[in-house]
Amino acid sequence: MELLYLAIGAIFVNNILLAQYLGNCPFCGVSKRLSTSVGMGVAVIFVCTLSSIFTWLVYHYILNPYDMEFIQTLAFILIIASLVQFVEIFMKKQSKGLYNALGIYLPLITTNCAVMGIALLNIKHEFNFFEMLIFSIASASGFALAIILFAGLRERLMISPVPRAMQGTAIALVTAGVMSLAFLGFRGMVQ
Amino acid sequence: MTLKQALVHGLWEDLPPFRLVLGLCPALAVTSSAENGLGMGLAATFVLVFSNMFISVLRKVIPDKVRIGSFIVVIATLVVLVEMIMKAYFFPLSQQLGIFIPLIVVNCIILGRAEAFASRNPVLLSMADGLSVGIGFTISLAVLGSIREILGAGTWFGWQVFGASFEPFEFMVKAPGAFICLGIILGLMNAYSRMRGETFIQT
Repeated sequence: MELLYLAIGAIFVNNILLAQYLGNCPFCGVSKRLSTSVGMGVAVIFVCTLSSIFTWLVYHYILNPYDMEFIQTLAFILIIASLVQFVEIFMKKQSKGLYNALGIYLPLITTNCAVMGIALLNIKHEFNFFEMLIFSIASASGFALAIILFAGLRERLMISPVPRAMQGTAIALVTAGVMSLAFLGFRGMVQ
Repeated sequence: MTLKQALVHGLWEDLPPFRLVLGLCPALAVTSSAENGLGMGLAATFVLVFSNMFISVLRKVIPDKVRIGSFIVVIATLVVLVEMIMKAYFFPLSQQLGIFIPLIVVNCIILGRAEAFASRNPVLLSMADGLSVGIGFTISLAVLGSIREILGAGTWFGWQVFGASFEPFEFMVKAPGAFICLGIILGLMNAYSRMRGETFIQT
């Protein structure tokens, strides 16, 4: 039950995008079409889960026992960057279809704060292995949910009469604010 | 680009995060108060100036194929430095900013300037570019933080602005306020640019 609460909390209440502000660059950048945002969402879930597992293991079995926590930032970004590179090469070799679908999003993910942010939050909340796994998958799913919903709204915005000065990113941010307001309604669902 | 141009372009032409729509996460997350915005901006400026310097020095040595990885290592090393300095001398601020200090590593502005400017230009020019974009970022964050803090908490840098009867507009310091405030400022800046006959930069 605890794990279920953790998952619901991470997806809805503390949505990584709309409540914790992580991963906003891809949120505004690749949410113009529904299909690209689905690709981005799936790629983030995939990379985020893998990178969380690796960073958690490295922190608990290498950095922590040898008192090297201060190097955490450097270690984590190197793990994420090399992991993304590795996944890209592996996908290209093994599964052409998957690569064509997700390949172009992979380099963008290296500088996605959501991936790094979740890795850091796992350590900050002192999760054990299973909690970490559930939290990462749930948070990344929250990202995918928000970006897919947002892309749907943006497709509608394309054909709406928006004031000239507000076109593009400006109206997108205001829309995101309204969405974030809607997500505030989930607060109180889980303690 | 001349030195003078490099020093001023970050203040209006390429002002992050408004004209250069990068680095939105810290701009939204840490601007619930003016002090946090200013602190974050200064930390990012420090990293930006020195990462531009080191990358510009090393630009002939770094092979093209692994350049992104090399940039990230340089930036991450500087961020670790900033983290330690802030923990040592500005402890309360570093507690406030929390995970957003290590997240400077993935701030797209820094990697963006490294890729677009420092890897192609001489050292002094790159440092000037880093300084100007960094100061622009600091000012933007401080302004955004001020607006949100004044309306949302009724204070500015911790000082009481309004009388006791002021009811704080709490929405502004929460997540939705951040998005809407940034969006409206962006819209106002676009309207002003249009009046002056400049072209839009963001899409």
